Amino acid sequence: MSDSGSGLMRNETINQTTSVPTSIHRGGVDPANIMTFDDDVVLETKDLSVFYGGKPAIERVSFQVPRNEVVAIIGPSGAGKSTLIRCYNRMNDLINGVEIKGDILFEGSPLYAPEADPTEIRFRIGMVFQRPNPFPKSIYDNVAFGPRINGIQGDLDQMVEESLRKAALWGEVHDRLNDSALALSGGQQQRLCIARALAVKPEVILMDEPAASLDPISTQAIETLIRELIEDVTIVIVTHNMQQAQRVAKYAAVVMTDESRIGELIEYGPTEQIFGTPRDQRTEAYVTGRIG
Amino acid sequence: MTLGREEFDRDLGQLEAQVVLLGALVESSVLTSLLALKARDLELATRVIADDDLIDDKRHEIEMSCAETLRREAPVAGDLRRILTILQLAGELERIGDYAEGIAKITHLLSDKPLPKEIVDIPRMGDRAVSMLKHSLEAFLTRDPEKSEATAMGVGPHDQAVDSMYAVIQAELMELMRKDPENVETGTYLMWAAHNVERIADRATNIAERVVFQATGKLVRVGGDDDDAESPR
Repeated sequence: MSDSGSGLMRNETINQTTSVPTSIHRGGVDPANIMTFDDDVVLETKDLSVFYGGKPAIERVSFQVPRNEVVAIIGPSGAGKSTLIRCYNRMNDLINGVEIKGDILFEGSPLYAPEADPTEIRFRIGMVFQRPNPFPKSIYDNVAFGPRINGIQGDLDQMVEESLRKAALWGEVHDRLNDSALALSGGQQQRLCIARALAVKPEVILMDEPAASLDPISTQAIETLIRELIEDVTIVIVTHNMQQAQRVAKYAAVVMTDESRIGELIEYGPTEQIFGTPRDQRTEAYVTGRIG
Repeated sequence: MTLGREEFDRDLGQLEAQVVLLGALVESSVLTSLLALKARDLELATRVIADDDLIDDKRHEIEMSCAETLRREAPVAGDLRRILTILQLAGELERIGDYAEGIAKITHLLSDKPLPKEIVDIPRMGDRAVSMLKHSLEAFLTRDPEKSEATAMGVGPHDQAVDSMYAVIQAELMELMRKDPENVETGTYLMWAAHNVERIADRATNIAERVVFQATGKLVRVGGDDDDAESPR
């Protein structure tokens, strides 16, 4: 019988990497524990370090996100998960004193190249936050916001309907599109935020604990939605919910820190490996709740 | 930061202790059934049959505790493998108990009927099977994954030895039955007894395989290939 690699579908390579630093620093990262893909990579993080006011928050993170899959970033609080995910649509640019070393390739092009336009990047790589943050506008205007300011041509009504349908919200709001978005429940607001992100037809959606403030039913709806959305987009999700990571993500990246308070990627692989037979003892200790 | 998983660890420790207790009950049952068969002691055989209820109850208790722990803790990785192994072991041990009960029932069937030969080889094969069971459970309790795997893998050659002993006993009983039809009834009973012992060894091998899974996350074959045979009991 085969071992933990039995669920591999793509041209995946375990035990091989060229992009991860081979030097062992602090807790130590074994490059063999960082899975790589031969092709169809949407986002490639290369030796990425982020500094706030000169102090490193995450250091030398390298891994690849494959197309039309869900990748979960997991790890204890303060390990740098949100810092990492915010790098993918240049949200960290908005923070004073932030410095980014290394690079992220998006469809092969460097996200941090001088000519890269952060606004365009944020349309192509959308983001959904922990707390739903609809604009204090109507349901319709929330979804139409992106296409309007982006000057997208076409039938706006149709775009709004399509986005709301994809976000599994159309049935609940189609007859009250002009109502305030703030009148919706928390779960509906979060799906509206997903619809808003979908309206500009992004290639990637980043989700930073998208169900953390939701009840179990709304959480289930969001998870179902995530599984459906990968038909069209690639999803990177930060979650503290270990069961959620297993339910929605095909791959999981474990970010860990030690007393240095600097986050590093210690293991990346199929979710069934991370939660079944992790290779790094720190991953085992984290997923079984013995460190956090 | 290290979190408070002490209660969960304590629960797992208690579950393991329950498995060890079940293992001791089952081992005692097998040894007693073999002793009863060899000595043709019907009273002892009756005790084995009665004790099987205790074994069944203990398995049920372990399963319920595992279900409760799974529900409450939603374990993953090594913790999940540990609970899955405990569940599996409880089932395997309970089945071994059934084989011991089967041998005890055969002892009753044989009653004081004249035998084609003295019962020596079946208990000898039984000792080997019990030794396999002990090694498998020892591997289960070994904390070091490498040592645990090595101990469990060591059970395999014994399983092959038991299979060979079984083949010899089978051939010998066949021959005795062929020679004298008077031996057919008792010979058949003894064949069943030998088969039960062979199945005990197979179950002990299954336990070893589960222990390797607990230690490594890999499902491997530890013993021979003929562990799917069923027998009348």
